[in-house]
Amino acid sequence: MSRIEATFARLRSTGRLALIPYVTVGYPDVATTVDLVPALVEAGADLVELGVPFSDPLADGVTIQRASHAALAAGVTSRTCLEVAAQIRARTQAPIILMGYYNPILRRGPAAYCQDAAEAGVDGLIVPDLPPEEADELQSAARDIGLDVIFLLAPTSTDDRIRTVCQRASGFVYCASLAGVTGARTSLAAGLAELTGRIRRHTGLPLAVGFGISRPEHVTEVGKVADGAIVGSAVIDRLESLPAAERVAGTAAFVATLRAAADG
Amino acid sequence: MPALAELVAAYEAAARDPEFQAEFLGLCREYVGRPTPLYFARRLSERLGGARVYLKREDLAHTGAHKINNALGQGLLARRMGKPRVLAETGAGQHGVATATVCALLGQRCVVYMGEEDVRRQSLNVFRMKLLGAEVRAVASGSRTLKDAINEAMRDWVSNVADTYYMLGSVVGPHPYPTIVRDFQSIIGREARQQILRAEGRLPDYVVACVGGGSNAMGIFHPFADDPEVRLVGVEAAGRGLETGQHAATLCTGRVGVLHGSRSYLMQDDDGQVLSTHSISAGLDYPGVGPEHSHYRDTGRAEYVAATDEEALGGFRLLCETEGIIPALESAHAVAHAARLAASLPSDRIVVVNLSGRGDKDMHTVADVLGVTL
Repeated sequence: MSRIEATFARLRSTGRLALIPYVTVGYPDVATTVDLVPALVEAGADLVELGVPFSDPLADGVTIQRASHAALAAGVTSRTCLEVAAQIRARTQAPIILMGYYNPILRRGPAAYCQDAAEAGVDGLIVPDLPPEEADELQSAARDIGLDVIFLLAPTSTDDRIRTVCQRASGFVYCASLAGVTGARTSLAAGLAELTGRIRRHTGLPLAVGFGISRPEHVTEVGKVADGAIVGSAVIDRLESLPAAERVAGTAAFVATLRAAADG
Repeated sequence: MPALAELVAAYEAAARDPEFQAEFLGLCREYVGRPTPLYFARRLSERLGGARVYLKREDLAHTGAHKINNALGQGLLARRMGKPRVLAETGAGQHGVATATVCALLGQRCVVYMGEEDVRRQSLNVFRMKLLGAEVRAVASGSRTLKDAINEAMRDWVSNVADTYYMLGSVVGPHPYPTIVRDFQSIIGREARQQILRAEGRLPDYVVACVGGGSNAMGIFHPFADDPEVRLVGVEAAGRGLETGQHAATLCTGRVGVLHGSRSYLMQDDDGQVLSTHSISAGLDYPGVGPEHSHYRDTGRAEYVAATDEEALGGFRLLCETEGIIPALESAHAVAHAARLAASLPSDRIVVVNLSGRGDKDMHTVADVLGVTL
């Protein structure tokens, strides 16, 4: 059982919702990311997503676009992300998932990329622009080395699509709460229960909901229908709003409020 | 992804529907002004002193470029799919203008995404789109050019897919777009093939076209693909020179990558980040290229070369002076290479150049380069 699956199994046995914050690596700087992630785990995060900056983040809204471009401008590369993952791994046992686009993986070579990621202590990959039909090479490399490849489904996904994804999925299934891009929203999209219900008919894997999850009350709602809540843009918005000296503590405090909402 | 599956199904049905095809061809004739002429450029040929050069006059199509062919076809497809809102990206503005035109014709709501940098250098086309009723949204992310406009259009599309059609303007992006755009643009090559047979009684030795994403080139190449005696030559933008790194010559210098849902040659750094491009012509300023061009390159069916900004300006002036035709700066890249090529060939050879658009939109750019204030 992978570290991701073991984490979800443990949480499920205690009825606890998995809280999964996302941070863009190297934003606003590498040292902040390395200090922030263990602090978020301390504040109640169960797994963490590390965003790998890409020049053309198609699935992301303005917040993550901005963070991604700033990190690239500061010289962050895929190599930096792996080094940051390794430093975080030395400080926490929480599963680490890299979320990044496919071209940098293809450039490195899927097998070499998976090898590097596993050595850095990474547990899973989310590649939002890689459709499952094109994922054979990455998946077989990931499987060989024990990484989970996590796929996305959205409210627009057909039942055929859900079946295809669930057959390939490992770790958990990433449910986008809405058809669109990442980014904080004021209210939770309607129809989430319908989506998670349709997906559960095809898989026993845990379901984690992301895209637009930004407030404690959203996390509470997600907890009623899913096994995990993913919060990205709202975490980065919080990070950006704080003076440098308060970034780590202030963002961790935000995650603590999400934890409290999850535990209801 | 469900949106792409829906598009595949709708396009396959439309492609088989004689009524759809008849409406498309009828509007090509009555509205676009097709067939466009295949014009023998006598003075240009004489000046070059080599091969006979023909120009396929897409600059004479309604709106001034080949882009209207695809916009018309996809506009009809959007209507057939019941999507009242149409999105497009644009670089030079020609696809944006073509989309806005077709949306006005068919009564569709139109939103055009355009990089901030392109909005600045193509202000005339921005004004044209607005006159035609389109909303133009300037894109401030990334390199603020065509690739970022595509990113933003795709983000809008996935957010509004129920009522929105995304009208991609080149043979790029996810399947089925490269096929759809090629099919609608192939009218160029089908006409040119008939026209040259009528004029010369044989097929040309060369067909030359500029390549950014590659839609005008694929449109004229594809109907000649099974004629092995016809050499197909794509001309990319060498910008300030291939050695400077400031160019958009993807097939000449790029490596295989994935961008905008297709696997093709791509200008990228060692980390797989997509590089910023440079060309004097906004329409060639794209770091990717259509996957079918990559296939033609790898199989050797077409060859790909590049012309610099300066060479393109040379082609631009040459055509103005010898033929009284002001080409788009994009097309001027094809003219520049065709001129080099024709000059090196004997007089019994035939070169067909796809003159993909007219140069009115580029007056400010050219005046700037020449130090003239308009």
